[in-house]
Amino acid sequence: MIGDQAYRLPAGGLIDRDRVLSFTFNGHGYAGFAGDTLASALLANGVHLVGRSLKYHRPRGIVAAGVEEPNALMQLGEGGRAEPNPLATMIELYDDLVARSVNVWPSVDNDLMSWLAPISRLFSAGFYYKTFMGPPPAWQSIYEPAIRKAAGFGKAPENPDADVYDHTFAHCDVLVVGAGPAGLMAALAAARTGARVILMDERDRPGGSLLASDEGIDGGPADRWIDEASAALQACAEARVVMRTTAFGYYDSNFIAALERRSDHFGGGKTVRHRLWQVRARHVVLATGAHERPLVFDGNDRPGIMLAGAVSTYVRRYAVAPGRRAVVVTNNDSAHGTALALSDAGIDVAAVVDARRNPVGTLADAVASRGIQVLAGHTVIGTSGNKRVTGVSVAELMGDGTAGKPHSLTCDFVAMSGGWSPVVHLFSQSQGRLTYDDQICAFIPGESSQAQSCVGAVVGHFSLGECLRGGAEAGARVARELGFDTSDELATPTTVPQIQGAVEPLWSAPTERGRYDRRAKQFVDFQNDTTAADISLALQEGFESIEHVKRYTLTGFGTDQGKTANINALGLVAEVLGRPIPEVGTTTFRPPYTPVTFGALAGPYVGNLLDPVRETPMHDWHAAHGALFENVGQWRRAWYYPRDGESFQAALDRECLAVRNAVGVFDASTLGKIEIGGPDSVEFLNRIYTNGWSTLKVGRARYGLMCHEDGMVFDDGTTTRIAEYRFFMTTTSGNAAVVLDWLEEWSQTEWPELQVYFTSVTEQWATVTIAGPHARDLLAVLAPDLAVDRESFPFMAMREGRVAGVEARIIRISFSGELSYEIYVPWWSGLVLWENVMEAGARFSIAPYGTEAMHVLRAEKGYAVIGHDTDGTVTPHDLGMSWAVSKKKDFIGRRSLTRSDTARADRKHLVGLVTKDPAIVVPEGAQLVSEMNLVAARRAARGSHPVPMEGYVSSSYHSAALGHSIAFALVKGGFDRIGETLYAVYDGRVVPSEIVSPVFYDAENERRDA
Amino acid sequence: MLKITCPYCGPRDEIEFRCGGEAHITRPKEPGGLSDDAWADYVFMRSNPKGNHAERWLHVNGCRRWFNAIRDTVTHEFKAIYRVGDSPPADLIGPTRGTK
Repeated sequence: MIGDQAYRLPAGGLIDRDRVLSFTFNGHGYAGFAGDTLASALLANGVHLVGRSLKYHRPRGIVAAGVEEPNALMQLGEGGRAEPNPLATMIELYDDLVARSVNVWPSVDNDLMSWLAPISRLFSAGFYYKTFMGPPPAWQSIYEPAIRKAAGFGKAPENPDADVYDHTFAHCDVLVVGAGPAGLMAALAAARTGARVILMDERDRPGGSLLASDEGIDGGPADRWIDEASAALQACAEARVVMRTTAFGYYDSNFIAALERRSDHFGGGKTVRHRLWQVRARHVVLATGAHERPLVFDGNDRPGIMLAGAVSTYVRRYAVAPGRRAVVVTNNDSAHGTALALSDAGIDVAAVVDARRNPVGTLADAVASRGIQVLAGHTVIGTSGNKRVTGVSVAELMGDGTAGKPHSLTCDFVAMSGGWSPVVHLFSQSQGRLTYDDQICAFIPGESSQAQSCVGAVVGHFSLGECLRGGAEAGARVARELGFDTSDELATPTTVPQIQGAVEPLWSAPTERGRYDRRAKQFVDFQNDTTAADISLALQEGFESIEHVKRYTLTGFGTDQGKTANINALGLVAEVLGRPIPEVGTTTFRPPYTPVTFGALAGPYVGNLLDPVRETPMHDWHAAHGALFENVGQWRRAWYYPRDGESFQAALDRECLAVRNAVGVFDASTLGKIEIGGPDSVEFLNRIYTNGWSTLKVGRARYGLMCHEDGMVFDDGTTTRIAEYRFFMTTTSGNAAVVLDWLEEWSQTEWPELQVYFTSVTEQWATVTIAGPHARDLLAVLAPDLAVDRESFPFMAMREGRVAGVEARIIRISFSGELSYEIYVPWWSGLVLWENVMEAGARFSIAPYGTEAMHVLRAEKGYAVIGHDTDGTVTPHDLGMSWAVSKKKDFIGRRSLTRSDTARADRKHLVGLVTKDPAIVVPEGAQLVSEMNLVAARRAARGSHPVPMEGYVSSSYHSAALGHSIAFALVKGGFDRIGETLYAVYDGRVVPSEIVSPVFYDAENERRDA
Repeated sequence: MLKITCPYCGPRDEIEFRCGGEAHITRPKEPGGLSDDAWADYVFMRSNPKGNHAERWLHVNGCRRWFNAIRDTVTHEFKAIYRVGDSPPADLIGPTRGTK
């Protein structure tokens, strides 16, 4: 059934009556017009009830017409375009739109959780903390699931996002935020001088508050002026107008983040959905307007009770009657304008209830002259109705804060205004200071801390003339300050002057039950169900800081971040405490101003574009030969090469045994490689590495350790002297960039006098390691011209020559403990070399091995991996590598090695560990405890006190060559505890293990040096 | 995001830079002769002023050169930017711990 739009006014509005759009809400079909929002279309069909409140499941309706809306959260779209919590007031209507209410069960009309409402007294501020006490597991199993079912908003989408998102960057002279009269005027005044101007507005068209006003400009309708001003702005070559774009974050150095919605208004698809703008502006003009505040009276949350400005917007902009008979309740002038709009549209106004004794001014006088009943000095103290307001109770405000004798007015909607709060969010984010303005009873921008100006309602200018004038002045002034020629002055448009009456604060209305009574439903924050009584209770309980009140009562949390609630809450706190509002202060405004999709923040950087993937030149060969890969930083490294039906362990054992018994080949191309040159390179290496480099001859390699100045090891590798002043350094695969940065830092900042330079050559050299008893035989086949015998090519020597026809550097080096050569060839020759090695190696039963086998082999040999067996708290001495620490020279970190703490005997040392049961491989990270502490722990009550740890397992594998498990551990005073039994405790198991030397295999180096 | 003027490349976004902590901490010439306290002062102790702070910055995703800056830690304003080896503007900051 398509609804009949029974509440659509016969004429007017910025809608296209020729384009009928159909949509469904909670499964019912309705119709609206192009130009509607979902909210205006629902109201046109007489639908006010759109949701249930968070805690009490009270019926809730549409309150506002913009981003400040607290109630009308929707579950929009389906499948890959499902979105939780967009606002009906901001959703532009499109054909076949599908929306549902959030937080209702089973439906918004018949919510079974509404039994909570009558007992709401039990749910006072902080009730979670007071009520749900008990054993911690009850939180997870009972309380939290129950609360989550009862509370919460929309549902997170379950399907992958069907849309694409992107990022853009912009630089401008002037960024203007807000295209209302002040912002439009400022942008035009600046742009016509030639300044590069960007004007952003969150809505689909410029105009801001003018779209809901009937005021004229330059003797004509405001619409005409908006069109003319927009056209004039578009005609400026350097001006850019971006609509449907919300500036949501204001950061340092005038950096503004904004979200542009490019396809939401037609239901998505066809183009980028959201675009994240990152704008750097020389000057920012904030023309962000103001939000209207609700009045805090008993029952102010019934559907049909709306902000007065929103009512004007629905009537004038969307040609929608929110009902047939209105009550207008206010403490300021603006709602009188709403009464006039309703009267113009032929809608009955039962009364304008104004808290002020003497409402005067242009608007109030016009209301009076039309014969609309004005109840001055009165306010609403109660309402009736369930799913829709049916009437209000009105009473005179007495001097002592109580109400006089009430009487009833029937109505089917209420337009309320508690005054206007400038939208200071972006200003506050920019670190500007807020000032309380007694005239408008709200905070306005005070001192700026960035190059910015504020114009229009955000500075408390609520008249059209002030806004246009302020905008024109600011635009011209800013352009002049930025060096543009402003001699051709822009004439400020003329408006009909208005006399405004002042707002009178009314932070809470009296009720028939007394002040701040828990039974009264005076909502301050609709979205979080916070009442005046909750705030009063929080204050009674001692939460006097506004930041504490906020957290205790939840005021200002949620998707709306308290846009309609915050100032009322402050006013209430001040009222209860009897302090002036500026003393109470404000809570902090943080980005984002309105919710931002994760998709927009991620932009295009998803899937394969999330992070670069680095592959070696042999990658495709590994993949074609069944390798599984592991990520090492950005690198994809061959992990192991299972054959058909082979398990992980079987493949691993086979690869290890191939190296130990025949020959294996390993792709070590990911090693970090840095070429170091310059006459002072030896001196530089002496300072960077813990060991000495002066004696290293050309053509020889040396292992080195690097420490930070605190004496802790942070990288290791070999460095080869290629020529007198040229060295070739290798680093761990994951640390190449870090080491290069480290070298450059010391070179540039501490020792600029040393002549040394560094070049990253990681991706210039592919590296093929051959290791095993047949490695020499294999090399001889591949490099027939090279003398490979033991004497000609000893351990730690480097040779240059052709290997498989490719110019290569060959370094005889071993990380496996076997006879081994690292063959370096130009990156693009890596695959050719690899394939030749495999072919020539076939006769020696060669097998490729992956990173897992590499780890087992190095552990068997007792070689630690920096960053795996160390954690930034381990010195070279702790690793048992004192042999690599020079006593003759200074180096980075040396002095720290003799600090009292680093010289302690009970530091954790790297030791070997073997389990008594050879089959058990203890998981890495397992804690080790002593027998004494284990017994003590068993005697003590279960889980009652922590057991002191002696250390932990850092590497752990099954060794096929040895036939038992091996492990490394960092154990307190470990070097002096060889032979002692410790207990690895994990997963409820206790595994006795003996501390041993970490060198499990070929301690005499006979195989390595063969 | 701050806008930082690299002395070699000009104004760039903060994401191109890395802050390297307090500037003008010179490595002692003879570390071996220092007490534990004096050495710890060099390795670990840093000033944490409210207001002007001399810092090292690296244009890591740019020219990869280090430079020095005086930054107001309250407002994040860069008061001065100068090259490694140059002295900080005397009117912006008190005596530093070294000259580099």
